[in-house]
Formats: sequence, structure tokens, C-alpha cells
Amino acid sequence: MINIFAGAVGLGLIWGIVTLGIFISYRVLGMPDLSVEGSIVTGAAVATMLIISGAHPLLALLGATLAGAAAGTITGFLHTRLKIPALLSGILTMTALYSINIRIMDGRPNVPLLRTDTLLTPLVDLGLTRDYAIIVIALAAVILVVGALRWFLTTEFGSALRATGNNPHMSTAQGINTKTMKLVGLACANSLVGLAGGLLAQYQGFVDVQMGIGAIVIALASLIIGEVIFGRTTLLRSMIAVVLGAIVYRIIIAMVLEAGMAATDLRLFTAITVALALWLPSARDQIDIISRRIRHKAHTFGQSGDDSKQTGQTG
Amino acid sequence: MLALNKVNLSFNTGTVNEVQALKDLGLLLEQGDFVVVIGGNGSGKSTMLNTVSGTYLPDNGKIVLDGKDITFMPEHVRAKYVGRVFQDPMRGTAPDMTIEENLALAHRRGEKRSFRRGIRAAERTQYRELLSRLDLGLEDRLNTRIGLLSGGQRQAITLLMATLQNPKVLLLDEHTAALDPKTAAKVLEISVHLIEESYLTTLMVTHNMADAIKYGNRLVLMREGEIIFEATGQQKASLTVPELVDKFISAGVEVLV
Repeated sequence: MINIFAGAVGLGLIWGIVTLGIFISYRVLGMPDLSVEGSIVTGAAVATMLIISGAHPLLALLGATLAGAAAGTITGFLHTRLKIPALLSGILTMTALYSINIRIMDGRPNVPLLRTDTLLTPLVDLGLTRDYAIIVIALAAVILVVGALRWFLTTEFGSALRATGNNPHMSTAQGINTKTMKLVGLACANSLVGLAGGLLAQYQGFVDVQMGIGAIVIALASLIIGEVIFGRTTLLRSMIAVVLGAIVYRIIIAMVLEAGMAATDLRLFTAITVALALWLPSARDQIDIISRRIRHKAHTFGQSGDDSKQTGQTG
Repeated sequence: MLALNKVNLSFNTGTVNEVQALKDLGLLLEQGDFVVVIGGNGSGKSTMLNTVSGTYLPDNGKIVLDGKDITFMPEHVRAKYVGRVFQDPMRGTAPDMTIEENLALAHRRGEKRSFRRGIRAAERTQYRELLSRLDLGLEDRLNTRIGLLSGGQRQAITLLMATLQNPKVLLLDEHTAALDPKTAAKVLEISVHLIEESYLTTLMVTHNMADAIKYGNRLVLMREGEIIFEATGQQKASLTVPELVDKFISAGVEVLV
């Protein structure tokens, strides 16, 4: 059981970085960015191929990050310069990346990282299991990323980025080039997704062209779970919350799998979780209105027994 | 100085719904002019302001601000010279950001946004001072999210934001129309104070005839994309509301009195 949790925490931390990417595109910029389904694979593929060709695993991560940023730039270009709706821009990039990712992987749909040194190797040599090694590495990465984002988003430039997502009219009126901001924001978001892809490949020891499917829904689930449980009062708190959300999500998944759910049912489970979580804010209002109706009816009937016929007719 | 010279703008060009929103529009504002713009719905008042701000680009004609041709300058670039307050109080501020963050964004209008801190300590003192002059009790709420404020408070802050960097022209587009009468009067009072204090060149659209007479040194009446009546100085000051309503009616503008 402990081992399952260790695995879940390690994976959760890596997916926490993906969730931070979604935090930038979905929360800060207010854009649903589907290109992550492709850019996470791009990151994994670039890292894998770099390591195989003899590059240092850290350099491989840098490559993965830059490749992710490039993918985000394409989505940003399609959306801001060619005026294609955000959702569609993401789908177009995601589709194109499928072909590009296979090209990066030398025409193969998957590439193993066998008998090559990765970031995990030194820690495994020290006697840690792979699950604990990735916790150390991913935690360091998460701390770096959260720190960098906290700094970036409170600079003059970062404030302008947040304003763009919050109120584009106001931003333009205050001289902010909202197109540039969206482009930079999407590049930023996908650079994190690429970085996570690079970590994921080194942890699981391979890259597969299919590994990104469902990434957006998993990240959204993590984001919402994190915000609901841990709150979003400040920028720093929101970012820590979404990372914790990703870990909680992984632990839930580990538990339902342990309880005997078929792995192929996971996507259905995740989709239902996200649907319920997205419904939650309006669900409260809906339930409130229903209960007010019931109380109103009870009150009307209780108060005037003689009028019950009339009430019945109008009802 | 702001000059609009033979500005034309049509919407839905080439369709049955084609509308000529601005027709050979010409208007010259000297430094410090406070021009009140009135006219019926669809007369082109907002469109005129939007061509000055760059939200709409004209079909032809020329817009010159302080000797610089800004006719086709992108909206976010000319924002450097243009302060704006919109009719909708939700439009002028970022609701999820704090009062000080919003002011700091406006403080950097027209400047390069670098990787320095978004707000510096010295600015906070300045903002507190500016907010206290609004007399709305906002000076101690620098860290309050704008979304928690009332429409009037948001509009007052938008005014501060629009004037913080001394714009070459201030555009007020029915900026009190969505407020209750008491708040509207207060926001208008703040506007006039800021305009007079910095001698700002201003275009203000309003539907309130009494305000139109009371404020500003010039008044223009628009119909179908043209200016059809103008009053300045003494002539404007001696106008009465019934006279102005008559102008409306004789101009063929429908009014409900």
C-alpha cells in the first residue's frame, strides 16, 4: 500500500507541473488549451531522444521545456494572429503534434529509455527506489516552478498577463498588447507541460505517442480538486493547491484501481469527476432554489388549508 | 490638440444592413477643451470616441493628436495618449486583481512592462493619497479585489486609472449612465475635478441634458454620423434644457420627455 502511495505522490508531483501549466492557460488567461495533449508527448519525446543521443538528463529537460514552449507558441499564433478560436487552435496543434512527435521519435510510436542514465540514476544508486527518487526530483522541480511563477506573475509583465485574462478590454485600454500576452502565456503554459513530459519519460522509462491522451481532463480534474480542497485566496496558495490537487487525484486513482476498477474505466471515471466538479458551483444554487421552492410550497399549504384547492390549481 | 478630419466609417459594408456610422466627420479640440457630446441612439457618439481610441479604424479620413497622425495606430499603442472610461463599470477594471494592482497597471500605460516588481512601495503612498481624495473610503483597501466594489466605486477608480498618466485626450462614454442618480452625480463631480485640475482635453458623451449644459466649455449634437449643432462658451452656458430638447426635435431626433 505504501508503495502505491509513493508512486501516486511521484506521479502527482509530475502532473502537478502539467496542472500548473493548465493553471496559466485556463485560470490566468481564461483559455481552454488542448494543445497540452500533444505538448506533453513532445516534451517526453525530445527528452528521450536527447538522452539516447548522449545528452545530460538535465539538458534533456531543458530541451523538453523549450519544445513545449514552441508548441504553445504555435497555438498562440493560430489563436492571436489567425484569429482561430482558442479551443480549435489547441486541437489543431495537438493534431499536428501527433505527426511531429513521431518524427522526433525517429518514426516510431514508442521509444524505450533502457540502460541509459536518467535523472533518477544517481538517486537509485544511493539506494532509493524509483518511486522515491522521482518524488525528490519532481518535488525540486515543483518548488522551482512555483517559485519562478510566483516571481513572474507579480512582475510588471506578469501583472499585464493576468490582467489580459481577467479583462481584455481594460488591458487594451491600459496599453497592453493582449495578443502578445496570450502568446507568451500559452508558450509559458506549454513549456511547463513539456518539462513534465520530460520528467515523465525519465520516470516511466519510455515515451509513447499515445501518452498524452486525456491529459487535459486529468489536469482539469487536479486543478478543480485542488482549488476546492485547498482554496485559492492568493496566487501562491492557488498554485500550491493545484499541485496538491494533482497528488490527491493520483491517490484517488491509485485507490480505485486497488479497489478493483478496470484501468480502462479510468477515463470515464475522470471525465465524470470533472463534470461533477465543474457542476459544483451551479449545483449549490440549483439545490438552494429547489429547497426554497419546497419551503415555499410547504408554507403556502400550511398557512391556508382552505385555499389548498386554489393553490393546487395554480401549481 | 485633437483633430478629426473628414472621418468616414461604415459597418456591414456591401450588405443590406450597411450603416454609415460616421459621415465626413470633422471636429477640432484645442488643448483643455471639454466637449460634451449628445445625440440620439445610433447617432455616432460612441463610434466617434471609438475611432479616437482605435477600437474602430475609419474607412478613410484622418485623426491627428498633438501633431501625430494616429488614424491607424493600433489601439494598445495609442492607449499611451488616450484615457478611457466606459459606460459599463465592469469594463474598466480587472475584477480579480486588487485596487493597487489595477492602479499599478494604469500607472504603466504607455511604458514598457519589464520584469521589475509590478508595484513599488513608493507607489502605494501615491495611490493611497489619490484614493483618499475620492472620499469613498478606498484608501485603506488597497489590497481589496476590485470585483468586491460597487459600480460607482469601480467607475471612480477607472477615472483615476484613466487620468493617472495625464492622457492627451480623455474619453468618457456615458460613464455615469449605469449608476444611480446620487452615485452618478458623485462620479461626475470627481470627473470634472480631475479634468479641471489637469486641464485635460476631454470628450464626454451623455444623455443627461442638464449635465450637458452644466459641464464643459463646448457642446456638440450629433445625428446620423454628423455634428449638426454646436454651442460654445457663453452661448452654451445660457442654453436651457427645453431649448436643447427643441434642438433635438428640430434635428429629427426622437426624444421622450
